[in-house]
Amino acid sequence: MVAAGLIVLLAVVLWTLAQGAAPTFATFGLDFFTGRQWDPVNNVYGALPYIYGTLVTSAIAIALALPVSVGLALLLNEVRSRLVRNPLTVLVDLLAAIPSIVYGLWGLFVMAPFLNKYLAPALAGTLGRLPLLDSLFVPTPAVGNMLNAGIILAIMIVPIITAVSREVIATVPHDLREAALALGATRWESIRMAVLPHARSGIVGATMLGLGRALGETIAVSMLVGNGLGISTSLLSPGYTIPAVIANEFREATSTGLQHSALLALALVLVAISFVLAALSRLLVRRSERMAS
Amino acid sequence: MSEALSVQGLSAWYGNDRILADVDMQIRPGCVTAIIGPSGCGKSTLLRCLNRMHEEVRGARATGTVRFGDWDLYAPDSDPTDVRRHIGMVFQRPNPFPTMTVFENVVAGLKLRGQYDRSNLHERAESAMRQAGVWEELKDRLNKPGGRLSGGQQQRLCIARALAVEPQVLLMDEPASALDPISTQQIEDTVQQLKETVTVVVVTHNMQQAARISDYTAFMLRESNERPSQLVEYDETRLMFTAPTDPRTEAYITGRFG
Amino acid sequence: MTTGLRPPKRLHSIAARKAKSAAFMGLLWAAGVVAVVPLFLLVGYVLMKGLPALNASFFTQTAPPPSVPGGGMSQAFLGTGLIVGIATAISVPLGVLTAVYLSEYGRGRVAASVRFVAEILLSTPSIVAGAFVWGIVVVAMHSFSALAGSIALTVLMWPIITRATEESLRLVPNDLREAALALGVPRWKMILRIVIPTAGSGILTAVMLAVARGFGETAPILLTSLGNDFINTNALRPTDAVPLRIYTYAQSAFTQWQTLAWGGAITLLAAVLVLSILARVLSDRQQRRIG
Repeated sequence: MVAAGLIVLLAVVLWTLAQGAAPTFATFGLDFFTGRQWDPVNNVYGALPYIYGTLVTSAIAIALALPVSVGLALLLNEVRSRLVRNPLTVLVDLLAAIPSIVYGLWGLFVMAPFLNKYLAPALAGTLGRLPLLDSLFVPTPAVGNMLNAGIILAIMIVPIITAVSREVIATVPHDLREAALALGATRWESIRMAVLPHARSGIVGATMLGLGRALGETIAVSMLVGNGLGISTSLLSPGYTIPAVIANEFREATSTGLQHSALLALALVLVAISFVLAALSRLLVRRSERMAS
Repeated sequence: MSEALSVQGLSAWYGNDRILADVDMQIRPGCVTAIIGPSGCGKSTLLRCLNRMHEEVRGARATGTVRFGDWDLYAPDSDPTDVRRHIGMVFQRPNPFPTMTVFENVVAGLKLRGQYDRSNLHERAESAMRQAGVWEELKDRLNKPGGRLSGGQQQRLCIARALAVEPQVLLMDEPASALDPISTQQIEDTVQQLKETVTVVVVTHNMQQAARISDYTAFMLRESNERPSQLVEYDETRLMFTAPTDPRTEAYITGRFG
Repeated sequence: MTTGLRPPKRLHSIAARKAKSAAFMGLLWAAGVVAVVPLFLLVGYVLMKGLPALNASFFTQTAPPPSVPGGGMSQAFLGTGLIVGIATAISVPLGVLTAVYLSEYGRGRVAASVRFVAEILLSTPSIVAGAFVWGIVVVAMHSFSALAGSIALTVLMWPIITRATEESLRLVPNDLREAALALGVPRWKMILRIVIPTAGSGILTAVMLAVARGFGETAPILLTSLGNDFINTNALRPTDAVPLRIYTYAQSAFTQWQTLAWGGAITLLAAVLVLSILARVLSDRQQRRIG
């Protein structure tokens, strides 16, 4: 009875968003996703810049977070001493508990200025000189950029990818690893032979969960990404993400015209993507755990 | 004194699989009846059908009749909760409630049924604990947590808990199998004393134990995985162990299998 | 599908393999350090910049006009208390009841779909919860309000409470349930008087985790409660909240407001970290008690 309420809640959420978004899709159709103009004054709405910004910042986040998280998850499974494992686990949990606004505040006043001063010129000076990568690292004078947003996102999603990866790795049966070691494999080889192949799809699932979190993160990103319209290839230029524009424009949006509807359409897209990622991730994690047992 | 428990045509099912077939037996009041047999022969299932605990598992059900005196326990208007007020149960692993003290454990059944009168509870607790043979040991530890006792003490605490609600029948599912030999001895002594006030039905995988403590014995067997378990023989204990009628009983008792 | 081992592709000398192994293990340790260092940097800076902001007026005065000395966030603290308080009052019964259903009664398709839905709601971006509540409550009431904020937080807190509570309930050993049933106790009473008390602090932990989340959420409050410079106790009117106030002040140009933002951040961080650590301690103790 009450439990069914949860299902009802989700249904109502989806229906409300869909209803609000309908006028936008009716007016623009698929051009909503490909249009580059977002102009409330003239009632033209194209979401491409936001989709681009969301994808780029999330890609940076995953690229940075994945190796760190998997490494940490493997480490936590390898280390036998409780003196190291327990504090480390607690620290990772605390990272997960920090509110987004605190990440945003620290990112805006501490991390971003530091990175802008040291990392950006360094990247522009080194990788920015290489033929294929130069367009990625064109410096701009703006304070907010997609790289900074991607980095703060990476810090924020490490805990969740680590936690799920850890669970998956822990289900790999012990005797498999011991068999590898008994064959004379080194520690790393035994991980590569016995653990990683089994845990692989589960780790992919964990990454999807992290990706879902990165896509939906609003506050810290909107404080660091620069909120600049336009699509630029340089990671050092400002960008704009879907959650950021929803947050920034929602309260002041006029009730006439399509602005609210367009923002709700963006929200609907966000829900749909995170839904798909959550479902896929669950499938992959389950599959990995079932294979291991 | 309590009534006889009369079992007629009892079958137990999990979904569409019949795992226990057509058991007929009369459990005599004021006696200890043992149910023996090799592992997987359905002894616990039969026991759990007697107080309608079997059906608590999803998809499980029982058909046939179990009569307690005149009362048909499986009649459509019979409430399992009512049944269990008259037929209590003690489980294989001691399971005192961890959040309660010794005293609270013993009177848990009474309190949950709404009886809160303090002096009454104390009386009933002492009486039940004496019957279970645990009063002298625990009377000064009534306020200690129920989980911090030895295995044998915990099990006798659970027996006291079951007795406090004054059932007429007590079902015991391998009550001593998780305990050390000394505790086992104490449980066996307790069972002997109990039959003066309650009818006892004990499931045990230990034949010698059955021979020691019971007045009647039922032997059950599951001959293959495709066929349901059956009651093979049911007789006075001394007769069953000295002159069994069925060759399968004899084979089991002489240790040829199980 | 092979479930066995896959041999390494190339065979080098033992020394080379050992060196490689050591190098990779070193990388694993490096990953651990890299993951954890930002935590220290962040907490360190928040302490450094936030402590100076904490004084009596910070907690007792309301929002100051720009560049006017003094002032505080009292309206935000009260607002957070109001919004999270109402949200907790709604989501705890809903969450616990759903968890009880999933753990004690539900089997099969219905339970599986409820669990699935809970997981989806758990991973839904919080801004979506805000947008949804805006669409229903704010529009209907023609006003932003603390109540709308509470409802948005409930959407986020309900699945958290359900998931953690269900786990706690499942940890209660089944023979306790059987023992209670065997005493002739009806099922609902057994759940209420035996299972839930035994799961006890696990449920408390679940609530603490949900409340910690509720304290820190900005986006849904942004869209539903709007914020307020003054103290407001009427749940039907726009209300301020600590994360929201930090968000506004942080992006302003006034250093004095920025200082207040750091003060808010340190109180928020302290509250959330204390709740998380307490929850963990309680949960460890509970596991030792039952397991």
